[in-house]
Amino acid sequence: MIDLNIAWFLLVGVLIIGYAILDGFDLGVGVLHLFTKNEDEKRININAIGPVWDGNEVWLLTAGGALFAAFPIVYATVFSGFYIAFMLLLTSLIFRAVSFEFRKYMDTPRSKKWWDLAFGLGSLIPALLYGVAIGNIMNGVPIELRDGKVVSSITFFGLLNPYSLLIGILSLVLFTMHGAIYMTLKCEGSQRERMVDWINKAWIVFVILYILATLATFFNAHYLFSGIISNPLFWIFFVILFASILYIPIAVYGRKFGLAFLSSSVMIALMILLVALSLFPRLVPSSIDLASSLTIYNASSTPRTLTAMLIIALIGMPIVIGYTIFIYRVFKGKVIITHDSY
Amino acid sequence: MDSILLARIQFAMTIGFHFLFPPLTIGMSWILVLIETLGWKRKDEIYIAAGKYFGNLLGLIFAVGVATGVVMEFQFGTNWAEYSKFVGDIFGAPLAAEGVFAFFLESTFLGLYIFGRGRVSKGVHWFSALMVAVGATISAFWIIVANSWQQTPAGYIVRNGRAELTDFWTAVFNPSTLPRFFHTVDASLISGAFFMAGISAYLVYRNKGGEISKKTLKLTVIFGLIVSLLEVFPFGHEHGRQVAQTQPEKFAAIQGLYTSQSGAPVALFAYPTDHPPTLKAPIEIPGLLSWLAFGDVNARIQGINEFSKEDIPPLFLTFVSYHNMVLLGIYFILITAIGSYLIYRKKLFENTKVLKILIWSIPLPLLACQLGWIAAEVGRQPWIVYKLMRTRDAVSVTVSSGELIFSIALFFIIYLMLGSILLYLLIKKIKKGPDQISGKEALS
Repeated sequence: MIDLNIAWFLLVGVLIIGYAILDGFDLGVGVLHLFTKNEDEKRININAIGPVWDGNEVWLLTAGGALFAAFPIVYATVFSGFYIAFMLLLTSLIFRAVSFEFRKYMDTPRSKKWWDLAFGLGSLIPALLYGVAIGNIMNGVPIELRDGKVVSSITFFGLLNPYSLLIGILSLVLFTMHGAIYMTLKCEGSQRERMVDWINKAWIVFVILYILATLATFFNAHYLFSGIISNPLFWIFFVILFASILYIPIAVYGRKFGLAFLSSSVMIALMILLVALSLFPRLVPSSIDLASSLTIYNASSTPRTLTAMLIIALIGMPIVIGYTIFIYRVFKGKVIITHDSY
Repeated sequence: MDSILLARIQFAMTIGFHFLFPPLTIGMSWILVLIETLGWKRKDEIYIAAGKYFGNLLGLIFAVGVATGVVMEFQFGTNWAEYSKFVGDIFGAPLAAEGVFAFFLESTFLGLYIFGRGRVSKGVHWFSALMVAVGATISAFWIIVANSWQQTPAGYIVRNGRAELTDFWTAVFNPSTLPRFFHTVDASLISGAFFMAGISAYLVYRNKGGEISKKTLKLTVIFGLIVSLLEVFPFGHEHGRQVAQTQPEKFAAIQGLYTSQSGAPVALFAYPTDHPPTLKAPIEIPGLLSWLAFGDVNARIQGINEFSKEDIPPLFLTFVSYHNMVLLGIYFILITAIGSYLIYRKKLFENTKVLKILIWSIPLPLLACQLGWIAAEVGRQPWIVYKLMRTRDAVSVTVSSGELIFSIALFFIIYLMLGSILLYLLIKKIKKGPDQISGKEALS
């Protein structure tokens, strides 16, 4: 039976998945930008995401707003607990957001270089930090419930544990690969061949890291596996995930880049769904005492707010998805540099 | 320094810097809708070129608005965790609604507006300009809903140690939402009009952009006059009346009414001092405040002396920022009226004095916005939610002073950098002027 709290668990999940798929390739392109030398190719990178990156980032802002509205205790506890990490993330996103426009209007190659760096690092750091954040959530954070109040003893350096860093590197490689696959749809010639090369190499690293991460999770956060092994949903997700990972190099080898991108998107969605399924109904597990975890029930807003928000989401999101598809269709195909381009 | 003060400094700095940009983008996007309509319907190359030029400036400003806006979405959680826990059931919904209904719309269509020229039909391109303006305005609506609920909370009950929603629409349309929405959006239109008028005046002054700058100058000066007049009446007046009725402490503070009285005066000028609160060297119009607030020259208005000491806002800052905002508002009417008169007499383009004044007036509406916002937010103190939660109880308990000093320094450096680079690029781009309409372009 799906109640309101479960519905909002799913909806926040959908927003995070939407963000990871859409801004995921933006971030990946940014990481690849750090390794791009040629000015024409750099411009193709930027213009490949130029018209859409801003809309993509709104998925993050909306996920943040939805988390605040539906699970305020999680919003308050995690964001204040991860304070310094958040400031790093915000700094990266600020520099990234202005880098395209600032770069466009800079005259000299040297001043443009600084904004290339801002775009690159502003993408690399978030791609890494999202993984570190998810790693810490899966690992559990030091929070306790005392008299109905959350008491947290999270420290910045506590967040940088080896397990979470492993998940961070995994997400960095994942988004880089996703970005390279997106770029194959947007560029041609030698640049595209280099992207194919990136995909193949990143795929191998990704598979190794994913196996390592799964093993590490099994030993490190064993509770995540209890219960879900017997859940048929887990096996369905697992099979689709497995198939989509395997299909990426096949599609790339057959030069079916559109299908490779679809496959990569499905893969990202399934990875997040698997984490969500194993966490459920917890949102922030406690590393001190699992019974002290924040769950979709003890950290949520009232049914009235959840209902109002559900109506807002059900009216608003189909429209958003509608015009997002429209925009992507308008800018479909290879990048064409014009007078208005970055 | 204590962490409450530090958290407040950080919030004031980040919101203050961010709030330079939304008024500009809201105002510019509506004027661009006007320009694009004229360009599309009349097939007027001059307006089309003006749309391109100012559209690119909008893109640049929008980027900095986005960059600084991301901080705001998360800062309630990072720095105001106790507040977020207490009001989350109500305050989160408008922020999420802003994302769903507004921010997606403006961000997505801005990409189409700036990069889609030639890729979509002229009608769709015009529609994208409209959606940017609509999105930016809806965005303002939901943010003001959230902020107005802090000013005049409604539609809730305090239960289980937090404010819980009882009626969604009562909370959304709380007593101050609509007066503040109209007041702020009109202030944004003034900001956009002065920004574009100042740039056009510069181009005319320097003999650049030909008809493009002349047409935009005319359009924005007249538009500026209309919206400046509307800001005084009805929008400013209505907002003032609402404050008088719903937040008497704030009203007394911004007006400098330190003792209750019937037939209360409007203080045109004064220098407020503390201990005891007094207005030095005031120039006053007796009875006017009572009449403006309650429609009766003899109406009694509560002064600061009627409220307990721990409930009154800072007096100097609120009085000074409010009065300077009003002063600027009157200046906006005067200068645009002079400009409009010169347009009517066909003398504006030669009047270098007025052109220069228009150039130097570019930042003034933004200053007025900051002053108004300071009066509104400082006037709400010591409450973070009026009569419900004090600001000192709202900060994150887990964030240390050291961490706060680090993040304040970080944001200060970043914003200083962004601000200077943006200013540098804007000036460079403005000096360059719009691309001339080539023969080829005019034909195609």
